[in-house]
Amino acid sequence: MKRNSILVVVVLAVLALFAGGAFFYQNKQGQERTEVAAKSSASLVQFHSPSTGASDAKVTIVEFLDPSCEACRAFYPYVKSILAENPGKVRLVVRYAAFHQDSDAAVKILEAARVQGLFWQTLEAAFDSQPVWADHGNPQIDRLWEFLPRVGLDIKKAKIDMENPRIMAILQQDMADIQTLQVKKTPTFFVNGKPLLVSDPQALRVLVQQEVKASY
Amino acid sequence: MPVDRVLRATPRQWNLLLLAWLLVLASTAGSLFLSEVMDYVPCVLCWYQRIPMYALALILGIALRAQDAAVLRYAQPLALLGLVLAAFHCLLYLGFIPKGIQPCGQGASCADVKLELWGFVTIPLMSLLAFAAIAVVLFLVKKESPDEAK
Repeated sequence: MKRNSILVVVVLAVLALFAGGAFFYQNKQGQERTEVAAKSSASLVQFHSPSTGASDAKVTIVEFLDPSCEACRAFYPYVKSILAENPGKVRLVVRYAAFHQDSDAAVKILEAARVQGLFWQTLEAAFDSQPVWADHGNPQIDRLWEFLPRVGLDIKKAKIDMENPRIMAILQQDMADIQTLQVKKTPTFFVNGKPLLVSDPQALRVLVQQEVKASY
Repeated sequence: MPVDRVLRATPRQWNLLLLAWLLVLASTAGSLFLSEVMDYVPCVLCWYQRIPMYALALILGIALRAQDAAVLRYAQPLALLGLVLAAFHCLLYLGFIPKGIQPCGQGASCADVKLELWGFVTIPLMSLLAFAAIAVVLFLVKKESPDEAK
């Protein structure tokens, strides 16, 4: 029996050490990320970035996203409903973190759609059809075009617009800001400059509510 | 050696097995901490080393509870396998094995040095030391076997 209790204590000690270490490490990471974001707040929002919501909203969600990213796709309905829950008070700014293979091509398509005023519709269509065109390991960005006539996009014009060097400049600026802000995963959210530390839609909602409360 | 006889671990053997298990659990928890908490993606070779280590975590724990010294038959080959894989990985890190033949597909590169403590302690080196220590302790358990069980 004495031996068995030693074994139980060992297992519990290992679990406790692991959980304690994880808690400590994540706490420290969170503090560091908050400090980095506070120091580099100028890199959060650029004038070139697409945004939605009232321009005088006092709460700004900055989302670094990748159109090919499944987690961004999963987050999107929550982001949309958070915006709808706070009309006039919250706006969303999209930054590009094209980490997936070939996804800068998808970003170019989004930017070309933006010229036609169809950015958000195209982003939604892209997320919707993501399993078709953004298969990991075998992305076929060209297949994204199949889903765009139904949002009313002038495909011919978009194919010309997507080669505009302005878009490359946006991608490069966003990539530079990713380095500065140490964004490593998509989606990465900042709400009024504060990083969202856990990848959980409910936590994003809570963070936004806190900022709305503090600002209004 | 008759397979149908339970090889009851002597108290000394049990203590040594416990020591081996502690080493295994520390390595298991450490590797999971690196991948799950610190987000280091394990490369293919890391996974191959994890296979014997995680198996050891389970079978040594069960053997300790059953006071079963026969676990050596299964534990020693696992420890040696891990030792060989870790040694291979260290040689790859040090550049003795050309990068071109590393058995890596997509995902993390096995030759990229992710972590270096005090300038020389890398993840494969920690793995090598852990497997070596486990193998030594298991060897001591074997040496402690009562004569009729050898």
